[in-house]
Amino acid sequence: MAMSRLGQRPTEVIKRSVTLHFRWNGRSFSGFEGDTVASALAASGQQVFSRSLKYHRPRGILTADYWDPNLMVQVGDDPNVRAGHRLLEEGMDVRAQNVWPSLRFDLKAANSLVGRFLSAGFYYKTFMRPRWLWPSYERVLSAFGPGGRVDIDSPDRYHDKRYTHPDVVVAGAGPAGIEAALAASKAGARVLLVEHEHSVGGHLRYSTRAAEQVALGKLRGTLEASDVEVLTDSTVTGRYEDNWLGIVQRNHPIAVERLIKARAKMLVVAPGLIERPYVFEGNDRPGVITSAAARRLINLWGVKPGERAVVFSANDEGDAAADLRDAGVDVAAVIDGRKGHRINSTRGSRRAVEGVVADGVRIDADLLVVAAGWTAPTSLLNMAGDRPAYDRYAARFFPSNPPDSVLATGGLSGDGTLDELRTHGAATGRLAAARALSVAHRIQARTARARAVGGPEPDWAADDRLPLRRDFHPELFRSDTHGMIDFSEDVGSKDLLAAAREGYDSVELAKRYTTATMGSSQGKLETVNTVAVLAEARGENIGEVGTTVWRPPYAPVSLGALAGRVFEPVRVSPIQPWHEANGVRTILAGQWVRPDHYGDPAAEVRNARSNVGIIDVTPLGKLDLRGPDIPKLLNLLYTNKWSNLAVGKVRYGMMCGEDGVVLDDGVTGRLGEDHYMMTTTSSGAGVVWEWVENWLQTERPDWRVHVTPVTSAYASINVAGPKSRRLVGRVVRDVDLSPEGFAYMEVRSATVAGVAGCFMWRIGFTGDLSYELHVPAGHGMHVWEALIEAGADLGVGPFGMEGQRIMRLEKGHFIVGQDTDGLTMAPSTGLSRLIRLDKENFVGRPELGWSGSRRLPMIVAIQPDHPQTVPDEGCQIVRGDTNEILGRITSSRMSPTLRRSICLGQVEPELAIGGSRVTVLLASGDRIGATVMGHHAHFDPAGERLRG
Amino acid sequence: MLLVPCPNCGPRNSADLRYGGESHARPDPATASPHEWRAYLYLRHNPAGWLRETWYCRSGCRRWFALERNTATNEFRDPPLPGDKRGGAA
Repeated sequence: MAMSRLGQRPTEVIKRSVTLHFRWNGRSFSGFEGDTVASALAASGQQVFSRSLKYHRPRGILTADYWDPNLMVQVGDDPNVRAGHRLLEEGMDVRAQNVWPSLRFDLKAANSLVGRFLSAGFYYKTFMRPRWLWPSYERVLSAFGPGGRVDIDSPDRYHDKRYTHPDVVVAGAGPAGIEAALAASKAGARVLLVEHEHSVGGHLRYSTRAAEQVALGKLRGTLEASDVEVLTDSTVTGRYEDNWLGIVQRNHPIAVERLIKARAKMLVVAPGLIERPYVFEGNDRPGVITSAAARRLINLWGVKPGERAVVFSANDEGDAAADLRDAGVDVAAVIDGRKGHRINSTRGSRRAVEGVVADGVRIDADLLVVAAGWTAPTSLLNMAGDRPAYDRYAARFFPSNPPDSVLATGGLSGDGTLDELRTHGAATGRLAAARALSVAHRIQARTARARAVGGPEPDWAADDRLPLRRDFHPELFRSDTHGMIDFSEDVGSKDLLAAAREGYDSVELAKRYTTATMGSSQGKLETVNTVAVLAEARGENIGEVGTTVWRPPYAPVSLGALAGRVFEPVRVSPIQPWHEANGVRTILAGQWVRPDHYGDPAAEVRNARSNVGIIDVTPLGKLDLRGPDIPKLLNLLYTNKWSNLAVGKVRYGMMCGEDGVVLDDGVTGRLGEDHYMMTTTSSGAGVVWEWVENWLQTERPDWRVHVTPVTSAYASINVAGPKSRRLVGRVVRDVDLSPEGFAYMEVRSATVAGVAGCFMWRIGFTGDLSYELHVPAGHGMHVWEALIEAGADLGVGPFGMEGQRIMRLEKGHFIVGQDTDGLTMAPSTGLSRLIRLDKENFVGRPELGWSGSRRLPMIVAIQPDHPQTVPDEGCQIVRGDTNEILGRITSSRMSPTLRRSICLGQVEPELAIGGSRVTVLLASGDRIGATVMGHHAHFDPAGERLRG
Repeated sequence: MLLVPCPNCGPRNSADLRYGGESHARPDPATASPHEWRAYLYLRHNPAGWLRETWYCRSGCRRWFALERNTATNEFRDPPLPGDKRGGAA
């Protein structure tokens, strides 16, 4: 079948004045603007576009649209492009996929010689044993898989997202869909009309009937003048709960693709019908095409699909004989399926049809046009919970009982003349608009704070549409020979019968066993034939066999579209510009960009230990608590006691879940009579806030406590080191900083560097004398710079997260989430003095009470024998030379202060005694000896530096 | 995505809220047996039908609230007032 370009057609969508040049497998070709990649290639005489998945048989055009399984190509670095849909562009580099070494000469076609070995379940059966060989099998098999090449060096291209809340979304812009959109819009609804193809009109676009062309022109004109928003080359890919719709827009002027998330009050489903192939011997030979493909090729792109055709038709719509004759194709025979005539097979080379055998008689032809019936693409209805039912009389599925917010129209819901379909569409649009009003009213009424709802809710509009009739259609699925059913997965009718014989005769099992319906056309072409052949095997009808459930997406969605525009907000402290100007290396911690270090974390530690260091700890979670019942709240949330915390005092506490597992920790200080400041870990700030609210709102709504998150309202700076008192004294004048006047674990309100409204407390995460200053965020930079300036002669220097982590590890302070995990109960931290079971009630108390009888792992300090060996965090602690796990290293660093490696770890309780010897299994496989320390603190266990 | 009717903010995408799960009463920690406590921690009715559950309107009014949802149809209704004995696990 050599296709060629025809003279101008009245319905064509190509612009012959604009020639586009492109390459196909390295050779130069040209087409016109408006051509698809496939139509341009077909017009240039190309017959073979791909090789089939398993047998590598040459494949040509089948449906000439988005669903054509034979037209998957690589365009530039873009794999799996649908050449039946993608518009031609100047300079495109198009290549065939799934061929090796070339499309013309494909070595893997040898598979077709051993076709009987590649029957259903072949891979499952063959590559199961021996299991240890599976990695090798997988590598070889994946090289045989279909699909193009992904170039990981491709630059990112822009993808976009949009959110919208239309009253009515109409999926499909054929005549019924357009009428539905127009009627709904006229009734006052905001309407989004989404069309999969490049222009609206559905099947009217490739009709040569004068009346249909006139109707199409008028519909387009009315649509343009209306308020309906029309999206072409866009697909409603999914319908989810409450009409939450995913729509992929492929023709956005700037973005490669745009994912639209629409919350529609009503959804109208009008996708039309998809012509299905017919199963017979040689039905996948290039030259066998559907009637819609023939009419699209001729009328849209002016492509003559062949020279001498046989037309097999079982319906008026699919009778392409007139179009073919009009295009100068010699119609050798018209075989009427309604009268019991059958196609038996095609004959010819592997690359082209040379003859057609019909009713046992061979007819010479290079083209076979098949119109065997329709598949109803009910996907969106399935996603809405409907289970479409099969009607033998009409030989297709129909909607059964979709939810009230989803309406079907057009060919999906029945047959009729163009006028009848349009009338049904318009009635559907009016119904959708009326119901959208009720939904809008309901949403409005649900919003207590919304402005007054105008009047009572409108009555739910009853469905009084005149139903479309159903025309008789013969049940034509498979002829008396065997052929291809799933073109994209290379599954034939024999494979399905074999699967049924092996017991996989339920449709869901057969699908998974043979992979029929699981390829690139996703059932649009092959589902009904699959079910029909299974029905044949079971001696039942299609209705009894049932069908697979169509799930999202309706059409494939690229990962780029799902990821959308990169929108990852990060948080920075107000001091960030200083860090950046001073050589910071940042680290992303949750949403926060934080200073990790400024070049040499060990030097930062040494400076903080000997002079004074400052660190920006703004992300520290801060909750401002006000009210008389705060002590009750703290007693409930923390494991220790809070009733007697005096004004000006700070206390450390641990929070547990109801299961006794450590949730968070931090200090809380009492700033005033009824005013406390709670701090949480940086990563726990959000979770703890919601958790506190939950306890207050659901369990103790009677307590008078008001919680305000103030994490980013304050910039927080920790000043640590032996000279920190002198430094703080230079910027704080209104507080007595003497050890007696402002002791360890106390809090003071202060004016810092002239900034009023600050508070500071003396705590010691680093293990040195330290002050944590919390200043209104807008003044954070000023205070930081004042500290740097005032402490120049004291040797003040910044330190980052890494320095802080080293210092806290030297001091043996655990970090929730680093040294604890989702199973670490509070007693494992070794802070049992903070678990006050004599309190009658606190979160997690019962479990903690019972935990005494359990063998809980313990957090301990560990030092490897070899002072220069730092085991990776996560290394396991094992018993001797065995692999019996006794614990693991949870934190490890080289200590610049002690000049040796130090660790925290979790170990079995028997080992949690100072002096215990343990074996650490390194990532390299080597085992090293280490000793459990008697105290968590590797450095200054007595805490003299801290309290001084 | 579910449209969850927040009593203050009106219907909101479920992604705007935190799902608190099946709501259940907290046993008295002073008297609960391990069996009762662990039932509270881990056992859920998980009915196919009306379920009382909690949601947190974290992007809106910041209220925790209870709703009844039919897990088979995702229909919502207000929870019964005290004393109202209509069906559904609570």
